[in-house]
Amino acid sequence: MKLLEYEGKEIFARYGLPLLERYGVLRLGDDPASLKLTGKGPWVVKAQVLAGGRGKAGGVKVGRTEEETRGLAAAMLGMKMVTIQTQGKALTVEEVLVEQACELEREMYLSVVLDRKEACPMIIASAEGGMSIEELAHTRPELILKVPVDPHAGLRDYQARELAYGLKIPKANFCAFTELVKNLARMFMELDAGLVEINPLAITRDGRLVAVDSKIVTDDNALFRHKDMAAKPDHEATPVEREAREIGINYIGLDGNIGCMVNGAGLAMATLDTVKLAGGDAANFLDVGGGANVDQITRAFQIILKDPKVKAVMVNIFGGIMKCDNIASGIVEASKRVSIKVPLVVRLEGTNVKEGKDILARSGLKLEQADSLWEAARKAVAAAK
Amino acid sequence: MAILLDKNTRLAVHGLTGAQGSFHAGQCMEYGSKVVAGVTPGKGGTAHLGVPVFNTAKEAVREAGANAALIFVPPPFAADSILEAAAAGMGTVICITEGIPVCDMVRVKHTLKAWKAAGMKVTLVGPNCPGVITPEECKAGIMPGYIHKKGPVGVVSRSGTLTYEAVWQLTSLGLGQSTVVGIGGDPVQGLNFVDTLELFQADPETKAVVMIGEIGGAAEEDAARFIKDKMNKPVFSFVAGKTAPPGRRMGHAGAIVEGGAGTHAGKVEALAAAGVTVVENLSDMGRTVAEKFGAAARK
Repeated sequence: MKLLEYEGKEIFARYGLPLLERYGVLRLGDDPASLKLTGKGPWVVKAQVLAGGRGKAGGVKVGRTEEETRGLAAAMLGMKMVTIQTQGKALTVEEVLVEQACELEREMYLSVVLDRKEACPMIIASAEGGMSIEELAHTRPELILKVPVDPHAGLRDYQARELAYGLKIPKANFCAFTELVKNLARMFMELDAGLVEINPLAITRDGRLVAVDSKIVTDDNALFRHKDMAAKPDHEATPVEREAREIGINYIGLDGNIGCMVNGAGLAMATLDTVKLAGGDAANFLDVGGGANVDQITRAFQIILKDPKVKAVMVNIFGGIMKCDNIASGIVEASKRVSIKVPLVVRLEGTNVKEGKDILARSGLKLEQADSLWEAARKAVAAAK
Repeated sequence: MAILLDKNTRLAVHGLTGAQGSFHAGQCMEYGSKVVAGVTPGKGGTAHLGVPVFNTAKEAVREAGANAALIFVPPPFAADSILEAAAAGMGTVICITEGIPVCDMVRVKHTLKAWKAAGMKVTLVGPNCPGVITPEECKAGIMPGYIHKKGPVGVVSRSGTLTYEAVWQLTSLGLGQSTVVGIGGDPVQGLNFVDTLELFQADPETKAVVMIGEIGGAAEEDAARFIKDKMNKPVFSFVAGKTAPPGRRMGHAGAIVEGGAGTHAGKVEALAAAGVTVVENLSDMGRTVAEKFGAAARK
């Protein structure tokens, strides 16, 4: 799950990371007058969306007076934003964060990521901040520092010092930096994070080291021990995706018109690929899970059919431990509970496949059967046209 | 011979008395696997499915002669169970459990690395995997046994039902398997592609390998390098997720294209350059192996 900037900064604050003064979060429908601005400004208004490149898309604005700041916040709320990271789609700004504005002397990059190969958290740092780290990794890899973190002992003092020297942190900020990077590594493990990023980590004109932005991605598998996090909404998931997750179905909405129901994540991915090869586009990724029973299958159909784009549904089940005759009965039963008005193509394979196919054939249901994944994909593509 | 498991494997099932463990251990026994012990703290001294249950893995090794562990323990406790099995001296530890926090696996890997450096011999498979099967000898996992057949093709995969699909295509064409290994879909895992390919390369019974990959991470790219440098057996591959949108995890925690890394195109290119036959359409896997290798194998 990805956290918004202000949610991440709340966690940063708990770990004592240096931040700019925050004046609050304004939500769509809130009265801008309710914003308590102190100090003499200027203030910065930042759109809370899960995409980088906000500044260029008008999602970061500085107000010189209280009135101007409130006006900027009001104008930004409800705005549709397209950034370089939204793949052409517009995100609606539902929340804005207002904080102290400041001038930056130097911008750096600092993050902790999971290094799969080394199987440990890895500090990634660069004196060149403010730009895409992926781009930097391609063009100037020598400018990127990488330091592995011992998952039991944490980041060692000497490693923190090496990073500070590597980034040419000024003497005045040296201890603040080593403290910060050690806390960041500790946060990664304690939070069960997949990524913790500060971009930019800055030194201000007046000589302070501050985390100007925050990006945190957490591990959904660890939510059982982070009740506070589990209670937060997943900003990235659509309402249908959230509903699916609650009932134990893995669903991701896509742009095509062929609804797919598959058992197993890998086979579900391969099914989408096969649909594409057959000349169509899938409307969704859906893994109905290993223990697909009548109830799960019914709910999976309901979720697929909520998408008005769906012009045909393709079911691809490899019955392993789950027997095909049980799955076939599940499909028959589910079709009684959900009205399926689009063509349905079913491919069953595996244990008791003959019995399964007989049940479908005898049911009188309007559906097409297929003997292989490829045949099913071709039939579904033809049916959706 | 095959790899990892054979007819001498004596399994201890961690979580034998739970619903999952109970059902799947029963299926393994029906297939002919030797399940010699259950491990469930608090239930020591009882028996389940006719198998003695012990409080600790150490007792399962000492009293029942277990030499491999099959773990069905729920996610919050699974990492500890893996280490318990390793510490007890089980040579192979297969963890089926899905949903273990990645940071737990990071700690497990770190500890296992230290123990191995000190001389321990242990191989971890998984977590979040279907398990391992050496057809007609030992099944340790949740895969349907009957779709497999003894033979010369080694299969290694990051996914469950996708593996069944490929294995079924092979078996239907008369091509049997030496061992089928599900390494699992998590970003931090035990055995990886390279480790498994190394075992297959060294195994005289394995004459060809099918490797089923997916988007995310760099395991396929690492495998390509190994195949190019160290393997002389033919390798066939399919990589799932060509049409997956970047930034979204496709079911498996490990299956995600991030920051332009782990893409389908990059993996296919690396594998093809290493001389691997990459099948674009999964439905062509069985036929392709049969055409390019099968004729020789059946002789």
